[in-house]
Parts: sequence; C-alpha cells; structure tokens
Amino acid sequence: MDKKLEKIVQDLQGRFGSSIEEFRGEVHVFVKPEQIVDALTFLRDKHEFELLSAQTASDYWPQMAPRFHVIYQLTSLAKNLSVQLRVPVNGDQPKVPTATRVYDVANWRERELMDMFGIEFEGHPDPRRILLPPDMEGHPLRKDFPLGYEEPQFTFNFEEIDLRKPYAKE
Amino acid sequence: MSQIEEVSIDQFKHLVSERALTGETMLLNMGPQHPSTHGVLRLLLELDGETIVNAVPDIGFLHTGIEKNMEAKTFLKAEVMTDRLDYMNTTGNNLAYCLAVEKLVDLDVPERAQSIRVILTELQRIASHLVWIGTFGLDLAAMSMFLYAFREREQILDILELCSGQRMMTTFIRPGGLWRDVPVEFEKAVRDFIKSFPKRIDEYEALLTKNPLFLDRLLGIGKLDAKTALSHGVTGPTLRASGVNWDLRKARPYMGYEQYDFNVPVATEGDTYARYLVRVQELRESLKIVEQALNKLPMGPVRSDNRKFVPPPRSEIGVSMEALIHHFKLWTEGFPAPKASIYSAVESPRGELGVYLEGDGGPKPHRVHMRTPSFDNLSVINKITQGHLVADLVAILASIDIVLGDIDR
Repeated sequence: MDKKLEKIVQDLQGRFGSSIEEFRGEVHVFVKPEQIVDALTFLRDKHEFELLSAQTASDYWPQMAPRFHVIYQLTSLAKNLSVQLRVPVNGDQPKVPTATRVYDVANWRERELMDMFGIEFEGHPDPRRILLPPDMEGHPLRKDFPLGYEEPQFTFNFEEIDLRKPYAKE
Repeated sequence: MSQIEEVSIDQFKHLVSERALTGETMLLNMGPQHPSTHGVLRLLLELDGETIVNAVPDIGFLHTGIEKNMEAKTFLKAEVMTDRLDYMNTTGNNLAYCLAVEKLVDLDVPERAQSIRVILTELQRIASHLVWIGTFGLDLAAMSMFLYAFREREQILDILELCSGQRMMTTFIRPGGLWRDVPVEFEKAVRDFIKSFPKRIDEYEALLTKNPLFLDRLLGIGKLDAKTALSHGVTGPTLRASGVNWDLRKARPYMGYEQYDFNVPVATEGDTYARYLVRVQELRESLKIVEQALNKLPMGPVRSDNRKFVPPPRSEIGVSMEALIHHFKLWTEGFPAPKASIYSAVESPRGELGVYLEGDGGPKPHRVHMRTPSFDNLSVINKITQGHLVADLVAILASIDIVLGDIDR
C-alpha cells in the first residue's frame, strides 16, 4: 500500500473502526451505513478526496446479510490517490443515508441505484427512477431478476408460443 | 398493454420553482426528438420569458441494460457490449474494459500491442472531437464546419476499418493484446493523416476561433467553476476548461503514456468558449501522441502468449492439439477470474471512463459497472444553464459533449 494512503486508511480506521481489504494495490474500506456520510465528509474535508469517481453497488443474492455492497470510489486530485468505501447492506429493506449533501453527483448516482437495485437512500431530495420508466416493476440489476429472453418458435408450436409472447399484437 | 397516465404538476413540484405553480413561469418540453440534444435527451424547461429558470434532464431513452447483459456473458464475449456504450469512442471503451480484465486476472500486454492501442485510441479521440466540433458548429449555425469535420473523421474510420474490418464497432482491442496485428498499409494511412491533419485544424480555427458571431454566442455562457464541477463529478475537457489540470493519461499513466511528450490543455474561464479551446488544442496534442507512438512502434507479438487467458492465433490451431483445446475452452467456457473486484479508469474524450469489474471465481463477471463520463457531466446542466436564454442552452449542451449511449448505457 502507498505510504500516504496508509496514513489516511489508518486515520479512517481509528475514527470509524472499519476493516480493510486489499487487492492489486486497491484498498477497500468497509464502513457501516450510519457512518458513511461522516466518512465521506471526513475524507473530502480532511484528505482532499474531492471527486466521487463512481458510486455503484453489487448484489450477493442469495446471501441476505449483507446482501448488497454499496461502493463509493473516491479520488483525490491533489494527492493522486484513490480509496474505495464499501457499505454492506442487508437484503430486507436496504437503506443507506444519502450522500447528496457531500457530493452533488451522488444525486443521480443514487437515483440509478434505487432504480437498478432497489436500495433506498434516506433523505434523497429527488427519489424517482432515472433510467427506467416510472411504471417499471422490479429492479433489473438484482441477481434474482431474470434476464429476458425470447422463446424460439418452430412450425409445430408457432401459434402456441405466439399467444403468450409479450409484444404488442395488432 | 400499458396505460397512459396523465402527469400532474405535483410529481415535479420539487424540481421547479414556486413560480411555476402559479403559472408565472412556463414549463416547456424539449426533446427527446430534438436535433440539438445530440440523441434522445429530454429536458423539462422552466422558462421566464426566454430565460431559463430550471432545466431538468430526463434520461434513459437509450437504456439497453448493458451492465445486466454483460453479467450473462463470459469476459471475452462481454467485450462487444462496450462498443455500444459511447459509440463515438469505441476503441477507447474496449481499452477501458480490457485494462480492467487484465488487472483482474493479472495479464501482461506486449509492447507492440500497447503502442497500437495508444495510436488507435488517440485516433478515436480525434474522431470523437471531430464529431463534437462538427455538431457544435452545426448547433451554432456554422453548417460547413460539420461537413469539413466529417470529411476528416472518415479518414480515421477508414483506418479503423483497415485494421478490424469495422468502421465503428471494432472490438479490435482484446484482453491480453489485440485481435491481430495491423496490416502493412496501416503505417502509410496513419502517416498520410498525420501529414494532412494539422492544416485542417488550422482551417477549423480560421473558421471558428476568432469568428465574431461565434464569440458572441460563447463568451461568458455556461460558466462552470472548479468546485461545482468536482462536486458534480465532471471530468475530462469540461473539467480542464474550468482550470483543473487533471488528465488520467498524465496522472496515472497506462499503456505507456508516460513515454510520450504531450501537453494537457487547460483553460481557466470555465465558459463554453474555454471548453471549445481545450478540445481544439486536444486535437493537436492527440496527433502528437499518434506520431510519437508510430515513430517508435516496436516489432513483436501483439497478444500475450498466456494461453490460459488469450486464445491462440489461428495458424497454430491447425498444427497444435493444445492450441485447439485452448481455443475451444476459451471460446466456450471462458477463463475464470478471481473472486475479487477492481476499479480501473482511462481518459476517454469525455472524461474518466471507469470500469468496476467483479469476478466470482467463474468465467462470467459477477458485476460490471461502467462509470461513464457523460452521465456525471450532464448532471451539472441545471446549474450552468440557469439565467441563460434558450438559444444558449443549445450551445451549453453541445459544449459539454454528451453522448446519450454513454449516459443511458
């Protein structure tokens, strides 16, 4: 691990008691959901991590506790460092406090996560779906959401399958 | 059949000012089928006369579920989806994805492949900026700019076709190297382009840079300060036009960018004109990189010979039993990746193109997330258009260079 980064991670650990993981030189710091806003503010103000490069999530279904990891990829332009915060969230009623007050970009990123994973961000100013239509049901990037496919039709069962095909008929 | 519901203002109350509720300001729909939104972007405009009070983007019309689709394919096959993200920067997307895969499974790339990757992505950057400069001119009623820019872009697409057989969706860059070596005509085609292109940039600048009509439309329009830009995750030329010198090619060199001598153009004004200047200078810098890379293009293999991850060349399959087995295994089952995650980012023509890639020990990715620059760059639009005229909105939208395929994924 980079010397400068090690200091920052130790600082984070001292304050939030978080565990860390390292892979190919990247550092992942695990933070509890209730600590995330403080951790982000701390990194932004004390250690110049002014850019929230990416905010995403990963689903570990069927494991339910924790089911999701919400991932915050932070970049410091001044120090040229990166650190990743990961927030484990349980599967029943996943809830994380919103980071919109720390980084403006979190507004759209969190809307995308609500849309795709059904993770609720408490205190979000504009909780609407962003990419999918408002009447869409379900959250497609969850692992228990099936990837759509088309049933192959043959001459002997063409009409039978045609009846239950979801496309608009005349 | 889905039902059509009437939308009431109540759902959008928190997005517009209170004056909209009394009818003092007007709500106007712009797009999604509007030529100056560069694709299928819809904007909800709140107007006071002709002045913009709020501009609320509505995106997702081009959503194709690429991230979900990639989870169902092996690492090698998922790559074709990345071309379809930002269709102005196809080789750049391939590079971002391949670097992520290479980092996840710890794979080396031969030097020749690295140099060719640099040449192709820089050419693609020029092509992308050419489309931008053309449509930017078109939006500001400089129609001829569009025709000139697309003439030069055609030359670059011809070079890509020469290498890969495809003009746009090349998938030429593969995990571990390239699909194959470039043909012998490649060097001459690129040299011809390097020779003719600087004069073309001078022509563009003669048409636009000091054109008084152009300046009137751009100077002081859509000012974006560095702090807002960073908070909104804005990267790339748009950020550099606001005075922040941040280019991943310099800050975190990948593919041997540290050996090339080039400048990172930065402007401090942060307005639409500054963004124009930065991109035009980037055209020249990219050309410099292409020339240097071509001059010291080393000979040698273009893909890694780690057969556990990279399919063997066609010529070996006929004579080697092992090669045939590897070929079969890699294209049917795919290679396993460790149960871990990585984040790797490259500088695309629009900004930081990051790939979050997670393996689960099997041959398919557990999760792929593309951190696309246009998505974050667009999120700042409401802040920088407030108080400007509707006609300026067109210039501002064009100046942040959005690609809807990149936003909606």
